[in-house]
Amino acid sequence: MLQVNVCIYIWPMLKEIVALIKKDALLEFRQRYSFFSILLYVVATVYISYLIFISINDARTWNALFWVILVFASINTAGQSFANESGNRFWYYYQLARPQSIMLAKVFYNTLLIWTISLITFIIYSWFIGNPVQSPWQFLLVVLLGSSSFSGILTVVSAIAVRTNNNATLMAVLSIPLLLPVIIIVVNASLSAMFGLPLEENLTNLMYLAALNTMVIILGYLLFPYIWRE
Amino acid sequence: MQKHWWKALSVLLISYSIIVGFLGDVPARDILNESIRNLYFHVSMWFAMMAMMIVSVIYSVRYLAGFSKTFDTKANIFAEMGLIFSFLGLVTGSIWAKFTWGAFWTNDPKLNGTAITILIYLAYFILRGSMDDRDKKARIAAVYNIFAFVLMVVFIGVLPRITDSLHPGNGGNPGFNQYDMDSSMRMVFYPAVLGWILFGVWISSIRFKLNTANEKIEEWKNKILNQLQ
Repeated sequence: MLQVNVCIYIWPMLKEIVALIKKDALLEFRQRYSFFSILLYVVATVYISYLIFISINDARTWNALFWVILVFASINTAGQSFANESGNRFWYYYQLARPQSIMLAKVFYNTLLIWTISLITFIIYSWFIGNPVQSPWQFLLVVLLGSSSFSGILTVVSAIAVRTNNNATLMAVLSIPLLLPVIIIVVNASLSAMFGLPLEENLTNLMYLAALNTMVIILGYLLFPYIWRE
Repeated sequence: MQKHWWKALSVLLISYSIIVGFLGDVPARDILNESIRNLYFHVSMWFAMMAMMIVSVIYSVRYLAGFSKTFDTKANIFAEMGLIFSFLGLVTGSIWAKFTWGAFWTNDPKLNGTAITILIYLAYFILRGSMDDRDKKARIAAVYNIFAFVLMVVFIGVLPRITDSLHPGNGGNPGFNQYDMDSSMRMVFYPAVLGWILFGVWISSIRFKLNTANEKIEEWKNKILNQLQ
């Protein structure tokens, strides 16, 4: 029975997902401007913060500013994720692939994209404003887990926002309240990484993040077909 | 009469909780003093709000299961009712906090949870308003309602356990903890919760009837206009 399931459902779906991720990456590569616009957005925001603060001595402020920049960069990144699927091309994808695989592919792809953006943000931000983080690897782990949570929530919300008339404003309005739980956990976790506490102290936070991730993906998997049908 | 007994019950329970809540005996506590009576009103608002939100999300799930417009209207109306209860809970809580903790707003996981709940449901109504197509609006709003509700429950269920709180039962709060509510207070508190929940259902059912009537009127108006043309 399990073997039948794997053959009928999981394997074709995996192939679909891989194909969709490849398609997204190819499109991104051909239209580089959208990626570079986000990059420029991050650089400009970091530089504005640098001009305002010059240097930040308080760990809490450093952390807050970093996450504010990252959250808005992620919202902008994920907000564009269904830009290609709206309009007439939507019908093409609708017939080509299962909604669940489209959703999973988008989540994975957005995760990769937001990971890249957040790593670059971390580097640029440390370059300009300084880096008081005492255990950088733990901080990066928190950043990666946090940005994958962002990507899960933001992918579902951007699919919702694309169905409405004014999606740019609505994207922010709908997603910020939903991101707040993740942000609070992530800020706690990254603060304890900044103070150089051992990883064991942080384990509950990281586990909550991972659990939240799984839950968001399951919810998205169940609900996405209803958003996707026209 | 058989259908309406619960409405009378809700009025009775609410009046009982107001009268006994102001006149009955309460345990004497430091800091809280007589303001402990606010528990009957403030906490029951949150219980009523959660009940309304749960009913709303159940109707959203049922909408997605069968796409019947009635369920969508009900989900919307119950969410509105829940939002009203959350505003009332916020106001009663803010006043209470001013007299016991010294500020209208404190950085407390429960308060953050409230703020997020209100933001989420305001976003839900904005989302509904942004679409014209009736079916699409109902479907997308139902999805958002379910998604947001689960995240909200995680938020108010998990976060108070991570961080400290001024609220009873979480973290070191000298004035009040969950064991301070004695059995005489419970005798007022639980009826108050039940009364407010029934009251919320009552108002929602009236609003649902009004809504249905208005839709029928629209329908007939359109029919008559078509006949005239």
